[in-house]
Amino acid sequence: MSAAQTLAQKLIAKAAGLSHVKVGEVVTCDVDLAMFHDSSGPRRLKPMLDDLGAQLWDPNKVVLVLDHYVPAQDADAQRIVHITRETARSWQLPHVIDTEGICHVVLPERGHLKPGMFCVGGDSHSPTGGAFATYMFGIGATEMLGVVVTGKIWVQVPRTLRMHWQGALQPGVSAKDMMLHMIGTFGMNGGQYQAVEFAGPAVQALPMQERMTLSNMSAEMGAQVGLIAADEVTREYLQSVGVAAAHLDHLAQWQSDEGADCESYFFDATALSPQVAAPHSPANTQAVGAFANTAIDMAYIGACTGAKLADLRAAAQVLKGQHLPAGVQLMVAPASARDQAQAEAEGVMQILRDAGAQVLPNTCGACAGYGATFAENTTVISSTARNFKGRMGPASVQVYLASPWTVAASALRGRISDVREML
Amino acid sequence: MASLRFQAAKVWRLGADIDTDVLAPGAYMKHNIEVIAQHCLEAVRPEFAAQVQPGDVLVAGPNFGIGSSREQAAGALVHLGVRAVIAPSFSGLFFRNAFNLGLLLLTCEQAECLQEGERIAFDGQSLLGENQQALPCARIPDFLIDMVQAGGLMNLLKQQAVR
Repeated sequence: MSAAQTLAQKLIAKAAGLSHVKVGEVVTCDVDLAMFHDSSGPRRLKPMLDDLGAQLWDPNKVVLVLDHYVPAQDADAQRIVHITRETARSWQLPHVIDTEGICHVVLPERGHLKPGMFCVGGDSHSPTGGAFATYMFGIGATEMLGVVVTGKIWVQVPRTLRMHWQGALQPGVSAKDMMLHMIGTFGMNGGQYQAVEFAGPAVQALPMQERMTLSNMSAEMGAQVGLIAADEVTREYLQSVGVAAAHLDHLAQWQSDEGADCESYFFDATALSPQVAAPHSPANTQAVGAFANTAIDMAYIGACTGAKLADLRAAAQVLKGQHLPAGVQLMVAPASARDQAQAEAEGVMQILRDAGAQVLPNTCGACAGYGATFAENTTVISSTARNFKGRMGPASVQVYLASPWTVAASALRGRISDVREML
Repeated sequence: MASLRFQAAKVWRLGADIDTDVLAPGAYMKHNIEVIAQHCLEAVRPEFAAQVQPGDVLVAGPNFGIGSSREQAAGALVHLGVRAVIAPSFSGLFFRNAFNLGLLLLTCEQAECLQEGERIAFDGQSLLGENQQALPCARIPDFLIDMVQAGGLMNLLKQQAVR
């Protein structure tokens, strides 16, 4: 019998065609799926592929998402979007998702991710896939070129840092608060490019979209991946997005073996307050009370980590029957068209509009900082992932990161607020 | 690491947590690398792009390259002729991108002993500052040394003549 393996080791071993792998070992893995978008994808890959005179190894294993430069706001963005669509045609890509949502959200929404897969993405938030017990991480365009030509990539088998959450979250406290707390505790590079695994009853209790928020922001901890064991919640989600029954057998194998060697850290979900990360780092995190007198001009609910259906519902629960005070703007960019359609059907979008929210397209929007961003000297509270100086506008913009609950509550009061007082 | 050696490289000192968005600002990401490089590090060292000389090195605090997967963060430094980046730690994603583009990264716990403007050397294992104190660097796996020596993954793929 082989030694107990972590989930990360099991996923890598499968992709490398080995029975088991050792921490620190460098192995070559077969890639099951490569995702890239309009910024990292064809505009960078096509010239290099043409230069090599090479072909895509398997177009069926590629998913292209247009989410960064859509809707095109100027001639340069139009050029990038045009190249992306033309290349998708010439490569005959069967899986193209165009202006229908952010890559990390639409990928699982369309049933592309299944437990046991080994995937790469041309975007740093690719660890989102780990919520589905998929080994998925971000790479740059040149490394993506290597993948689309060879179908393979190297990886050094990581140690696993196991984040064990006991207890149960209070109402108004969410996965984003758990994650900001962990980033604040470990720092922006505290994950040391190892595997983080989220576990324990408070994680098992989270629905898939909340689990995605944990895995997504593993990037802000500097982890390579952010994994969560597959369970019945995973199964139900996959069934709901039409994943074939054949992929749902033996899901229980995609968890760490008991006794597998890892570094364990313990957290109490019951005691967790809403968390806020002050400018200009996601690691600048404290409990919301530390920022009680901070006035805000703008509240932003957007991005793969902060504007999924679960996030829209949270904001609506706070804003129902309320209206924003004068001088405060709320912008909402739902993370996918399907999530927005469901939120419309549930009346969630109408609640947000009635409160005074401006609804933006289903794209990365201001989070990526590639197009329209915030004006000089704006103070923003945002459900996005990064508040680096200058990322979402001029260097004078002050961005506070928080959950959609806290963003909505702060919008209502015009200052950073504890949502638990309003529920 | 014989041919990774360098001598008399001028140091540009930077702080901790230099992120990808300061190396390759989002507002210029729609442009080519020539344009992005002109804005590299401008939020922390406005004179950098205009004054850096080919062969200069960056010496930074921990967590260099945190943030986005945009490899233009490394590409801008390559374009400007930066010989190496030296720091106590790097973002893992940036680390891969840098070697894929042929940019040498040296992980050196004592990097912050080095001073702005100092001329330093690398003998393949350690850095030598002007005070001649040897600062050991973490060993780089052979396949990544090959990558830097080839000038990046693209050149390696060409050598392997993948068809």
